[in-house]
Amino acid sequence: MNSKKHLLAAPYAAWAAIFIIVPLGMILYYGLTDKSGSFTLENLLAIASPGHARSLWRSVWLSLISTAVCFLLAYPLAMILAGKKGRNGSFIILIFILPMWMNFLLRTLAWQTLLEKTGVINSILAFLGLPALKIINTPSAIVLGMVYNFLPFMVLPLYNALSKIDENVIHAAKDLGANKIQTFFRIILPLSVPGIISGITMVFVPALTTFVISTLLGGSKVLLIGNIIEQEFTQAGNWHLGSGLSIVLMVFILINMVVTALFDKEE
Amino acid sequence: MKRNKTMTITQKIYVALIFIFLYAPIVTLIVLSFNASKTRAKWGGFTLKWYVSLLQDETILDALGTTLLIAFLSALTAAVIGTIACIAMSGMKRRSRAVLMGITNIPMLNADIVTGISLMLLFISLGFRFGFGTILLSHITFNIPYVILSVLPRMKQLNPSVYEAALDLGASPLFAFFKVTLPDLMPGILSGFLMAFTMSLDDFIITHFTKGSGLNTLSTKIYTEVRKGIKPEMYALSTIIFVTVLVLLILVNITPEKAQKENI
Repeated sequence: MNSKKHLLAAPYAAWAAIFIIVPLGMILYYGLTDKSGSFTLENLLAIASPGHARSLWRSVWLSLISTAVCFLLAYPLAMILAGKKGRNGSFIILIFILPMWMNFLLRTLAWQTLLEKTGVINSILAFLGLPALKIINTPSAIVLGMVYNFLPFMVLPLYNALSKIDENVIHAAKDLGANKIQTFFRIILPLSVPGIISGITMVFVPALTTFVISTLLGGSKVLLIGNIIEQEFTQAGNWHLGSGLSIVLMVFILINMVVTALFDKEE
Repeated sequence: MKRNKTMTITQKIYVALIFIFLYAPIVTLIVLSFNASKTRAKWGGFTLKWYVSLLQDETILDALGTTLLIAFLSALTAAVIGTIACIAMSGMKRRSRAVLMGITNIPMLNADIVTGISLMLLFISLGFRFGFGTILLSHITFNIPYVILSVLPRMKQLNPSVYEAALDLGASPLFAFFKVTLPDLMPGILSGFLMAFTMSLDDFIITHFTKGSGLNTLSTKIYTEVRKGIKPEMYALSTIIFVTVLVLLILVNITPEKAQKENI
């Protein structure tokens, strides 16, 4: 059986070819042709038009902020959780996956209720005598939605990386006279780089490409590049332009992948 | 990592704040499911009427049925195809395995919106009729990687000698596989299946592009309701789903701990 084992790959290889490779080829085809079927770069260059460029820039900017916020929130959390002995890891992971069982559109919509002018958070702020929060239908609300939705994707890889670090390495650093800050920057942080990398990818890509969060929390005033592409496919019906813009989006994802792969090699 | 059994007060507060952040919307939805007022902006008193009318709302129940059926079928198919692929990969040359793994990573790393429209373009050019079939095919496609990524580590831990011993003792390869290899892989397959099921259940973007008109999953139904206002029955349904899963998780997590203690 061993010698023929690799033949078992056939069903999956066929599946992957038809449903992963060919569809990507179709995007390339549509993106690089016009309606008559002849080759053009127009759909790619359309990203430079003022409206599209602004959306792309806004998407990149908001997703960078969200990724940074996720990282800053998740790292201390992952360190605390990884340092807590006794509890089994799967329980902690389940707590972060559990919210996914409540539909993510509903969870995001719930933030409307929480953030509204007369919503829950503002009622609490008013009760405490604090000024009201006016972020619904602004880019800030979109960032909040992104952080809320994608935080688990940052916590889990960081938690995995941090809980794998050998306690003895940290003890050794301390015995050799490193203080807490030195131990963190020279031992813990470098050893958690693989987790940081996959966390960043898992937050940045969905944040960059979302059209749902901006629709639900941006009050359809703030258009992201995802919204533009979605509209080209479902409303405008211009698949060529939509595909062209998707190719540009994929270039950004590829850049992210290459950068992270380079970091991974260095480790 | 430095391991302390207890957390300091600051650590406890920090963890608590993050959990409030993660679970505040969920609590909000649960509260809304008991809200007598139809708008989510104000509280109109406690009621159970949405739970009653949920049982008569056929469009929501249909969407629920479709969602669960697609999640189950796609996770099951993905588990079978993914497990077979993992076994195949263990017998493959390094290079071809790397290629297959690279392709497997594409749906994980690519944006959902790109996966969605690429599949939509494929189905259009193949002349498929959009509906249950196209959603199912799409979900299987993005679910297989989750199964592979959870079975593969198990595969690497397998001890091939046990399988060979079974063969030496006269078992047929197929018998040895089902009696020896498969039970060892089962935890990985199971967690891959559950992950795939969850992902399928929670997916909106890929379904949005591959469903066509007429058929709705819960996600796409909610999305169409956003503008006219979400039916409160939807909150009731998600509360039921969430509480069910929560209870199941608590039961599953308590039992093994108890058993372990008794063993000690």
